[in-house]
Amino acid sequence: MESRLRKVIVCDPDKCNGCRICEYICSYASEGVMNIKKSRMRVVRIEPFLNVAVTCRKCEDPVCVKACPRDALKQKPNGVIVVDENKCNGCGWCVETCPFGVIRLHLDKRKAIICDYCEKNGFPQCVEYCPKEALKYVTLDQAARESSKKAVKLLMEETVIGSK
Amino acid sequence: MKGYAGKYLTVDLTRGKTSIGRVEESMAINYIGGYGFGARTLYDMLPNPAQIDPLSPENVLIWWTGPLAGTISTAGNKYSVFAKSPLTGIFGFGISSGLFASELKSAGWDGIFFTGRSEKPSYLMIDDDNVELRDASHLWGRTTWETEEMIKEELGDESFTVASIGPAGEKMVRLANITNERNRQVGRCGLGAVMGSKNLKAVAVRGTKDVEVFDIEGLVRFIADLNERCQGPATEKYRIYGTPANILVHNKLGCLPSYNFQRGTFEYAEEVSGEMMLKTHVKKIIACAGCPIACDHVNQAREAYEGATSSVDYESLALLGPNCGIGNLDIITKAVEICDTLGVDTISAGNVIGWAMECYEKGILSKDETDGIDLRFGNGEALLEALKRLCLKEGKLGSLLAEGVRRASQIVGRGSEKFAMHCKGLEWAAYELRSLQTSTLGFAVSNRGADYLRSGSYQVDVKGQVDRLRLDRSRGKIVYDGENIYAIIDSLIICKFTRGIFKSVDEFAKLYTLVTGLSMTGDQIIKAGERIHNLARCFNVKCGISRKDDYPPPRAFEDPLPDDVVKGAVIKREEYDEALDGYYECRGWSRDGIPTKRKLLELGLNKEAEEVGVEA
Repeated sequence: MESRLRKVIVCDPDKCNGCRICEYICSYASEGVMNIKKSRMRVVRIEPFLNVAVTCRKCEDPVCVKACPRDALKQKPNGVIVVDENKCNGCGWCVETCPFGVIRLHLDKRKAIICDYCEKNGFPQCVEYCPKEALKYVTLDQAARESSKKAVKLLMEETVIGSK
Repeated sequence: MKGYAGKYLTVDLTRGKTSIGRVEESMAINYIGGYGFGARTLYDMLPNPAQIDPLSPENVLIWWTGPLAGTISTAGNKYSVFAKSPLTGIFGFGISSGLFASELKSAGWDGIFFTGRSEKPSYLMIDDDNVELRDASHLWGRTTWETEEMIKEELGDESFTVASIGPAGEKMVRLANITNERNRQVGRCGLGAVMGSKNLKAVAVRGTKDVEVFDIEGLVRFIADLNERCQGPATEKYRIYGTPANILVHNKLGCLPSYNFQRGTFEYAEEVSGEMMLKTHVKKIIACAGCPIACDHVNQAREAYEGATSSVDYESLALLGPNCGIGNLDIITKAVEICDTLGVDTISAGNVIGWAMECYEKGILSKDETDGIDLRFGNGEALLEALKRLCLKEGKLGSLLAEGVRRASQIVGRGSEKFAMHCKGLEWAAYELRSLQTSTLGFAVSNRGADYLRSGSYQVDVKGQVDRLRLDRSRGKIVYDGENIYAIIDSLIICKFTRGIFKSVDEFAKLYTLVTGLSMTGDQIIKAGERIHNLARCFNVKCGISRKDDYPPPRAFEDPLPDDVVKGAVIKREEYDEALDGYYECRGWSRDGIPTKRKLLELGLNKEAEEVGVEA
């Protein structure tokens, strides 16, 4: 798959309110349990006004893959990064290098865990369950187009449409 | 059983020792969690509550989550705190949400009991099974927001969730609350003062364990449905405007208290409406953990109060705004920030200051007694100054207001008791008494004191399902039904804003069973609600509560409303008596408001039947 067709999970900070439903559902979708500490999604809150949920960005030439000293991480053509649990020894170098801080070590297994975009469910469950549609599963180009629209709307609505 | 962690932590603050107790299945089935567990354990731990000084080491401070905490359950991450209240002298109880309950459950605990008193300021750290009482000397005097930051910093992990008291709790202000995650509070009944009396500054918790669910697949499917319903009309006003949507609705109905409940409308209602707030002050809408609604509207103040930030809900807005004659959102945002950071309940604070303003305008409180503050209605600077002094117990005025409106009016006397707006010592919330009369019955019989959250009986008034300007015997049943359902909601514990999305009580039972695996029907769970309510009443009866305490303040009967929409509205005493009789009849209590042996035995409350119950 060409990398420009890769879809990623993006979050609209205006809509994200920090409810963490994505974290709860992620722990279920990826581990079959209720435990937000096992989520592959990370809800970030910066007081007093900022909320955003972040997960694996499917970077081009991802630094986590390069960083792994045991070659345990591989990126698939669709961008998903998979961890070979037999090779991973939990050194955490990938956790440290990920610029978005969205890799964790599994609490019990002590192996790297990374969002796999719910490959087995066919669709990211965090996006499915986000009650405010803050999370979207789109290509970066689609995400950018949405941002453009939003910006134009904000800037132009009053001057063009609102002036009637 | 699943859902529950199955154990609670007891912390003897006097000896610095901890121990572990088990949560039995019979407890789970009969009392559900939250409110039910609190009623059961407070009753058992304080066998002679009338003899207990609430601010002495003999009082207990009990924290409980419910079976749903730590799961994806719709708006189900809440915890509750109990003690004999220093404000009311009876069953003290408050609920908060956010992430705290989820962390506590994930750490493997359903609840925490604090007994005794720590020699020096301390805080409790819970990190899964690792439990430690730590020194809090350096935190003493800090605001709630500073305390959270400092504890996270020193424990080295932001994922600790902190519930703390501010300076008000430390100084045992009777209106003091407990705050977690900045904007979430165990607001009412002065439970923050109980924490302060125990030298307990905070509880910090981090949990990493799975919360076991009986039918996790079924739960996730049911929650998807419930969360979808939460995007429908039943919760629309909460999503868009938050609870401040009520300002204009109530103003139109003449039930928006203003000027210390002298009136039921406010001339500046537009300026402080939810609609205006969204346009000019709301900077961010946030949700509690697991909530698909998101009602919390965080404001940013402007102009002279620039930099002030607070989460403003209807009750805070109405009591600190219209009830004090304030029609300015910047001042209100600042006032809520003072309450949240220094740690007092906004409802009680706005109520007692409204009372003081009326005293001042009527010449009952002199300028000397207000420490020189020109405490007129509508004077924003005076409100903010009075609030700070209340929180810090500063000067004559601060020390007086810190006692709450019942005690303050008893101290001042001179007729001010007549317009001290409380029931059983708890300050009346922002629902006018004379223009919402079913609501008033519900407030007055509540187990906590004047309380809109025990039965939600204002709804039939506001929705026009009854004649809200009079009372009759049938209103007793409305309050009774509401109380039983709310007892379940508060025991599970879920947010009351979801009440409209559950199709029937059977769905509460279904949710309970999916999570716990314990079989439960709608009838059984409602019975549990009735049991829980009766148990809390039994505690109150032991504290001396009876019919005489189930009345609204004199203003309800004596001062007809002046507002055009509800002109002359007043509660007729004989109608109120009739409605109260109707309520007791539904409850199976005596005419004096005491549960009968027969009713208590029917509910399986055998010990209570023996100790409290009367013959019919």
